[in-house]
Amino acid sequence: MALETAYIQEKLTQKFGNKVLNFAMNRDIFSFEATPDAIHEVIRTLKVDEDLNFHFLTDLCGVHYPDNDSQHLFAVVYHLHNWVENVRVRVTTYLTDENLEVNSITDLFLCSNWMERETFDFYGINFIGHPQLKRILNMEEMVSFPMRKEFPMEDSGRTDKDDRFFGRTAQNL
Amino acid sequence: MSDSKTNMVAPPEGVTGEGFFATKLNDVVGLARANSLWPLPFATSCCGIEFMATMASHYDLARFGSERVSFSPRQADMLMVMGTISKKMAPILRQVYEQMAEPRWVISVGACACSGGVFDTYSVLQGIDKVIPVDVYVPGCPPRPEQIVEGVMQLQELVKNESVRRRNSPEYKELLASYNL
Amino acid sequence: MSDLLLLPEHRYAKIIEQTRNEDGSELSILNLGPTHPATHGIFQNILLMDGEKILDAEPTIGYIHRAFEKIAENRPFYQVNVLTDRMNYCSSPINNMAWWMTVEKLLEIDVPKRAQYLRVIVMELARIADHLICNSILGVDTGAYTGFLYVFQFREKIYEIYEEICGARLTTNMGRIGGFERDWSDVAFKKLDTFLTDFPVAWKEFENLFERNRIFIDRTVNVGPITAEKAMQYGLTGPNLRAAGIDYDVRKAQPYSSYEDFEFDVPVGKSGDTYDRFCVRNEEVWQSLSIIKQALAKLPEGPIHADVPDYYLPPKEDVYHNMESLIYHFKIVMGEVPVPVAEIYHAVEGGNGELGFYLVTDGSRTPYRLHFRRPCFIYYQAYTEMIKGGMLSDAIVILSSLNVIAGELDA
Repeated sequence: MALETAYIQEKLTQKFGNKVLNFAMNRDIFSFEATPDAIHEVIRTLKVDEDLNFHFLTDLCGVHYPDNDSQHLFAVVYHLHNWVENVRVRVTTYLTDENLEVNSITDLFLCSNWMERETFDFYGINFIGHPQLKRILNMEEMVSFPMRKEFPMEDSGRTDKDDRFFGRTAQNL
Repeated sequence: MSDSKTNMVAPPEGVTGEGFFATKLNDVVGLARANSLWPLPFATSCCGIEFMATMASHYDLARFGSERVSFSPRQADMLMVMGTISKKMAPILRQVYEQMAEPRWVISVGACACSGGVFDTYSVLQGIDKVIPVDVYVPGCPPRPEQIVEGVMQLQELVKNESVRRRNSPEYKELLASYNL
Repeated sequence: MSDLLLLPEHRYAKIIEQTRNEDGSELSILNLGPTHPATHGIFQNILLMDGEKILDAEPTIGYIHRAFEKIAENRPFYQVNVLTDRMNYCSSPINNMAWWMTVEKLLEIDVPKRAQYLRVIVMELARIADHLICNSILGVDTGAYTGFLYVFQFREKIYEIYEEICGARLTTNMGRIGGFERDWSDVAFKKLDTFLTDFPVAWKEFENLFERNRIFIDRTVNVGPITAEKAMQYGLTGPNLRAAGIDYDVRKAQPYSSYEDFEFDVPVGKSGDTYDRFCVRNEEVWQSLSIIKQALAKLPEGPIHADVPDYYLPPKEDVYHNMESLIYHFKIVMGEVPVPVAEIYHAVEGGNGELGFYLVTDGSRTPYRLHFRRPCFIYYQAYTEMIKGGMLSDAIVILSSLNVIAGELDA
């Protein structure tokens, strides 16, 4: 039986009610949103349920939206894949600035260990229940979170760059 | 065995006689050092693959005396830094350089090692000459094997003409002091 | 810095104090890397050892973190292609084509058949080049240096073909949105034909040298096995997963760029050990050669790029004579191309597995967020489990057979 997106939507809304919302066929991937307190259970259902069977975590990453309203400042995006039925699904959960934490899914998928560490390293999102949440790509002594939009890309300690050639003036520095 | 004529290295200037050849010590030592530079390939990224191509049979670097690639700093003459050095890696590069015995030379291969390259970011060291003194810079992204060979040949010229007393001279000590070495 | 000097408070130091074997010997700590002749790339593993046997390992990565994702947020779409080269630099055309396909998915552009077939040819050439390096370096690590020298000659031939197509050897930066920048010359096709005649002979010799070699078999069979279930849990894809027994291949599951027109098998191993990974890669090279031959035989005539003047640089003669071409040229070079607001995920089968690009745009000239799903980063987590209980020399052989490319690991 082919896995229809309507069936996924129905099964999840039956179980979680209004904690899963915004179901849409986003180009070629069926995506929806889940609230941060329910996200762990949603992913567990997607993995464990025999009909849904999304047994492979393709990707886990974070996004920073500083221009959104305060309820949707940070997002954690999960891509799951069912190899048997060849269906992909994308789950997003939005976090606020004050409560920048979400449950870790390392007990469901072993590969999410480093992916969550990378998201923590870049955005500062705390994953509750992660066995070893420390920085992975940057140096451990770093205090700021480099992928946030306010962090500058370039090396600030650089002395040999002439700002005039890069269009940087006192006004727009 | 090929029957083509091999190019012998030209002997230094000197006075020849019956059974003796008198020349300057600098020249002889320079000649010996220049034609047996053992590299330490510090290959981190894409330039490392071009170095592998340089060491392979098509562009053989072993012709220039670099037959034995040494991974131990204590036994290497020249440190070839190939690839991006990030700020996390910089202390390690310095440790490796400090472990090398005199005389030692450094070739920085590739745009990332010379000046940070394409990656003008918070995590990349903008040029290895921020932490260690460099003798030859080979630009390119990645440089062709012929360019890497040219870099080694330039270093050979440097080595041939270097004075034996250079490593004890005050200018050299000042250079090392400027890097806190 | 705290990883560099092993301070006495490291947890392994405490374990060593507390355990002592019956014969009085102690456990020890060995620091493998970051600079090590046999770890191809810079990653560090601190190993807790009992003599020659490894009890535990603690990996540290990030020594070549170049912040690709941050740079991509500040560069127009054409300039991001330069970054993708440098991720898996052993097979850079695959990364390039994957990026162009992501952008074409975003802009909903259809690429003409000829360009798609040529993309398939260059991607399979890149896959051959990647497997060449991996298998020959595995030979070097077990002590057989000649295989590497012999096979690298053919990598030089592949470099010459890349040079004919795009001008560069290693970091190719080839392609445009909608196709290729120029049609392939006759010299490129001739070189490709010579390669297809000479290479299979050499590859057969390479296989014969290793596959039934007593020493190689002793060093690689039952070394670093991983079960299919564990492999799926750890997110393995590509040849490492197929060696464990699961035949998931993105080219078959979600065909892109006309892969559905070609017939090829997906080789699968049994136990996921080093020998299986070696053999799966060997067989994949044969399958890639077969795909290239099929694509060359069926190569259609036609345009080399899609007709999208908004995104594809016009030819220089038109720019000098035609007002619209001048305007398009200016806008494209300045990066002011019209882009919809969307979220795209596109995956291709890279040399190491499923290489995915997650792209979020907001209509401006640069991506808003670009995340690379890098296969090496994800499957390197399984390395710790693979080496536990084995010997130190096995750890080196397992690392080479996994084909971990440092550029893709740290991005």
